[in-house]
Amino acid sequence: MNIEDKFTELKTRNEGALIAYICAGDPTPDDTVAIVHALVRGGADVIELGLPFSDPIADGPTIQASIERALDAGMNPDIFFDLAHSLDVSVPLVVMTYYNIIFKRGLERFVRDCVKSGISGIIVPDLPVEESDGLATHCRTHGVDLIFLIAPTTYPERMGKIADRGSGFIYLVARIGVTGARDDIAESTLSLIDLVRGTTQTTTPLAVGFGISTPDQASAIIKAGADGVIVGSAFVNIIADRVNVPERIEELTRELKSAVL
Amino acid sequence: MTPKTTTKFGIYGGQFLPEILMPAIEELTAGYEKYKNDPEFTAELDRYLADFAGRPTPLYHAKRLSNAYGVKIYIKREDLVHGGAHKLNNTIGQALLAKYMGKTRIIAETGAGQHGTAVAMAGANLGIETVVYMGSVDMERQRMNVYRMQLLGAKVVPVESGSKTLKDAINETLRDWVAIVENTYYIIGSVVGPYPYPVIVRDFQTIVGNEAKDQIMHAEGRLPDSIVACAGGGSNAIGVFYPFLDDADVDLFAVEAGGSNLMVTEKTAYHSASLCTGELGSLHGAMTKILQNKYGQILESSSIATGLDYAGVGPELAYLADIGRIKPRNVSDDETLDAFFELSRLEGIIPALESAHAVAYVKKAAETGELGDVVVINLSGRGDKDVDSVAKRAGF
Repeated sequence: MNIEDKFTELKTRNEGALIAYICAGDPTPDDTVAIVHALVRGGADVIELGLPFSDPIADGPTIQASIERALDAGMNPDIFFDLAHSLDVSVPLVVMTYYNIIFKRGLERFVRDCVKSGISGIIVPDLPVEESDGLATHCRTHGVDLIFLIAPTTYPERMGKIADRGSGFIYLVARIGVTGARDDIAESTLSLIDLVRGTTQTTTPLAVGFGISTPDQASAIIKAGADGVIVGSAFVNIIADRVNVPERIEELTRELKSAVL
Repeated sequence: MTPKTTTKFGIYGGQFLPEILMPAIEELTAGYEKYKNDPEFTAELDRYLADFAGRPTPLYHAKRLSNAYGVKIYIKREDLVHGGAHKLNNTIGQALLAKYMGKTRIIAETGAGQHGTAVAMAGANLGIETVVYMGSVDMERQRMNVYRMQLLGAKVVPVESGSKTLKDAINETLRDWVAIVENTYYIIGSVVGPYPYPVIVRDFQTIVGNEAKDQIMHAEGRLPDSIVACAGGGSNAIGVFYPFLDDADVDLFAVEAGGSNLMVTEKTAYHSASLCTGELGSLHGAMTKILQNKYGQILESSSIATGLDYAGVGPELAYLADIGRIKPRNVSDDETLDAFFELSRLEGIIPALESAHAVAYVKKAAETGELGDVVVINLSGRGDKDVDSVAKRAGF
């Protein structure tokens, strides 16, 4: 399913989107299948699958550890696309990986593999808009969304460039720092949503991530005008525990989803 | 607005960074452009280089080594820079730039501890809070350097992720920068990372080549036939090479760590020879030649010399290698040790194991005549830090 269609559908129902991140292959590819199904049962609207890279500079310790577990278990792009292809789910899938993984496979081949395996969007945390011409061209040709990040440090002129180049949704970085669950929501996060909308006049949905782990936080983000929230580390923490993982993932998903309704 | 200069050297370089850092990188670019030719900044830097770092360093005619290797050898004595390596040329420059840019905190990664020590020295001297990230494996290998940094007032943070070495320390430093970007200046230790770092570090290290050029003209009345420098990230190499790039008759050799051998596995390289064997890819913010597997995962590199133990190399060196201006070479750990002993015994100079790679290559290449008659070795650092590990290896 197309990402923007999903957001449109949610909007008509007046719902915020819950976007869930997990790293594919942590602890094994089979577990990932079970976890994805649990996310869907719990009500996740979009699922971001991390394709692990050895040097994840934009991720904090929680997700880095998840990436290391996945790599140790043998996850690689070949297995990743097979896994994605085998997932029979009704929600849009997005791949999140670092640029070298895409570059090494070949930009066009990577985008084609996304299409073939049912992945609708690509997020590359170390690819700023300035370096994205090549990948963006192939994404446009093949109808895959290239999703960019806007950070609290991004100034208005850059916001415009990013909004023009990106599609699917815009990933707003909630706060300065790397990924990882935190307790509070910065006031600046809430004002960033208005600032991006006011500055760019974009119609692309805005989803907020980095440090969001609780239903209260998710609810506050949607109330502040975001179209979606992205939750990663909270799910990854459950996966790291290895205890009743699918059940607890489904439960957390349900709680988070009900907070953005 | 002035048109943006290119961030690339041919296909290499660029800015492959999280969006959150892009404004900081733009601020750094603007800050460097503003101050690099500022008379007050350059005068202050010159004073630090002379009175604090101890420049200029000598260019020394190594007669006994020349006799032993059969080629006339001059040694550029960067081992005599305050701190014992060329690293301070860069760190004092960047720390001063940080101060001019109004930053109140400097952070850095370190492998062998040489760069970290040089950052700590600059931070102490300029009175700026200093935090150094170091892989815990490297901390174990270089305990005295850890203490030295602490002695200089720096906070040393152990990095426990991944291979617990340089690349992980770089990752962690970038994370710190992401987290505290407003008041923090990241002092990169080599000509790696996103633009403008490869240019900034090169410019601050170019003093090595500028001095060497004057000194060899004074000593020989002509340019050398070749210049040999070790290359990990490549800052001492580009520093000594850069002023000679237009002198086509001067051959420039970048000697990488050949490790125990040039083999690789799915996860590991038994060497650190990215210029010689690496493939195009993006690492730590730049497109360059990197050691990676078929899926683009970065390999864990290795070398007897911690400071060369890196899976990438400066993008400008990758470019210069492609166009044939520099010649990438490598020598093994064993060849390096031989040179370490020979320079110590023949000249009374204990080289850093990093720098001993350059000496080892001169020995090897002098036999083939590849170096011509007069060669300059950039001796990037002294070997005091390595005495312990070499003694253990020698069974002392």
